[in-house]
Amino acid sequence: MFARDPLFWRAGAVSSLIVTLVVLAMLTTDTLRVITAGGQNVPTYTVINHQIGYEYVTDRNEYMPTIGGQEPLFGKIYSPAQAEALVRHGKLVIQSRACLDCHTMFGTGAYYAPDLTKAWLDPAWEHLWMPMTGTHTRADAIAAFLQHPEQYPTWTREMPNLHLTLDEAQAVVAYLKWVSAVNTNGFPYGFKTAAAGGT
Amino acid sequence: MQERLSFPESQSLALKYFTVSVVLFGIVVVAGLLAAIDYVHPQFLYPALPFSILKILHIDVLIIWILMAFMGALFWLLPAEYGRELVGLKLANIIFWIFCATVLVVAAIFVFVQVGPGTEKTLWLVNQGRKYVEEPRWAAIIVAIGVAVFVYNIVGTAIASKRVTGVVWVVILNLVPLFFLYLIAFPAPTNISVDQFWWWWLVHFWVEATWEVMIGSIVALVLMRLMGTSRRIVETWLYIEVALVLATGVLGIGHHYFWMGAPAYWLGIGGFFSALEPLPLLGMVVHAVYDAGEHHMKMTNEPAFYWMMAEAFGNFIGAGIFGFMITLPQINLFAHGTQWTASHGHFAMWGAYCGVISVIYLALQDHRRAALFAGATWKWGFALLNGGMIGMVGSLMMAGMAQAFYERAIGGSTFNAFVSASSSPWFIEGLGMRLVFAIVFTAGYVVLAYDLLTIGKRVLETSRAGGPARAPAE
Repeated sequence: MFARDPLFWRAGAVSSLIVTLVVLAMLTTDTLRVITAGGQNVPTYTVINHQIGYEYVTDRNEYMPTIGGQEPLFGKIYSPAQAEALVRHGKLVIQSRACLDCHTMFGTGAYYAPDLTKAWLDPAWEHLWMPMTGTHTRADAIAAFLQHPEQYPTWTREMPNLHLTLDEAQAVVAYLKWVSAVNTNGFPYGFKTAAAGGT
Repeated sequence: MQERLSFPESQSLALKYFTVSVVLFGIVVVAGLLAAIDYVHPQFLYPALPFSILKILHIDVLIIWILMAFMGALFWLLPAEYGRELVGLKLANIIFWIFCATVLVVAAIFVFVQVGPGTEKTLWLVNQGRKYVEEPRWAAIIVAIGVAVFVYNIVGTAIASKRVTGVVWVVILNLVPLFFLYLIAFPAPTNISVDQFWWWWLVHFWVEATWEVMIGSIVALVLMRLMGTSRRIVETWLYIEVALVLATGVLGIGHHYFWMGAPAYWLGIGGFFSALEPLPLLGMVVHAVYDAGEHHMKMTNEPAFYWMMAEAFGNFIGAGIFGFMITLPQINLFAHGTQWTASHGHFAMWGAYCGVISVIYLALQDHRRAALFAGATWKWGFALLNGGMIGMVGSLMMAGMAQAFYERAIGGSTFNAFVSASSSPWFIEGLGMRLVFAIVFTAGYVVLAYDLLTIGKRVLETSRAGGPARAPAE
């Protein structure tokens, strides 16, 4: 009976759905394992206590994040629980201020403002905003900028003052630092940190 | 008027949904126009109404517009399939008004409150800040209840009527995942990779699977009504389309998993299956061209027919071809997250779902008892809207290609690369042209709204059918 129209095609629709759903379920299980914090591609939150870089790996033919020695954030080393709480707070700030309705992260969001995937590593903090804000570390420069972006305009599209407190700004910095250590299969391509000679 | 409808209770509710959906379409257009001005004059309305808020209104209202148009379409078309009024209409009417009030309140919150402190409370009351589902959680709960009641209307009637056609089966089986996927709108995981992984289930499986199946079912019902195509042919086509949409689209979700922390095997799987996604859409084009030839392009409802054609071609070119252009990882590495994506997004959304306008024309012809829907006004609306959209899409693509090249391929996606790409003549002129075509599109919306309000009420000078241009109204 399945050889007749339209039953033949109905059987096709049902079977193609079943096959692809089974494959999707298997891949989903594996992917969730890889993208959990501490999984193969996504670091634990304590990565904020470390130096992070982004380098071209010749034998893999792609850019990958590097995790180096200890580097305190805001002069502090965070325990796993503290680091997770700080990054959690950062995520809530990012959502509550609708950051990704102008910016993108992993290229997803809105396209009005720069991508934030590697924002922590952007050479512009050293070149532009550390001198402008009179701060001595990248983390302090980002936190100062986030609290009063209207005081440090560099372009015609300005970021509005979203009234971040110091705590909120520091939490966002921690979030950006953690995100920059996620392995994104080489996206963005060709990104150079200040240490690698980026401008 | 209403007592003349075949199923007055369901269909008068459908007309309410259509009315609100056309108003929401207007809000989408205005918010989009204002956001387009921001790219050319960044100080426009800044900081009172920043780009982010305009963008939220533009897209979130778009989603509600299409959803309400879908609901209207099914309230209009399904009673004939069941041979009876839908069940639970009293509840559906109440939900309709709650839905409208919610949209108004949420829009007011976005315009006047905008954002809040970084706490869970903000996500519940003000803004969730997740792309496409920014509405605060209280509003998301109401949307979920609204969709649940709608599922009850459709499924409950199927049970009560004991008459379920093939098309109705597809509609019902499709509504179940559509509802459950929406529940992904609520959580806020700390881990952005996990967040985006599930969020894409909601976005991809709505827009590239359940909504495609929904519009496919609606097109099937319209074809039977508009052109008298036989049920066997329509159902066969619908099953082929569903089979191809699911066979390519389910694993096609992989094209969203290239750069968000997921394993590298998604590059191959996502690239391969999403490259096949245009296939089912090509089927719609073949069918549309066949039908157009069969009927020598002559219809008693010209706008409904032409909007159905626009749907078939727009879906294939906008979602299919323009999507294919940037879906392979080799290209997506550079095109992802640029104005090129915005170009594809606009064309795909418009192409895939402008067919709801066809259903509104079809319903209005029944409602107004007009023998013929023709004239020049709908043609102006059709030409300005589609011409405006194609112009916007082309301009954005030009800007996006420049961005992919200067910012991504050469500049390495730093802040400086973003600024210098956005300052290139290609980018600036592209966004300027986009604004011009956005104004054309807006003009098209005004003509469409006017035509929807008046078509069938105006007396036409000529009639292609040879008979009276309009049946006596009373």
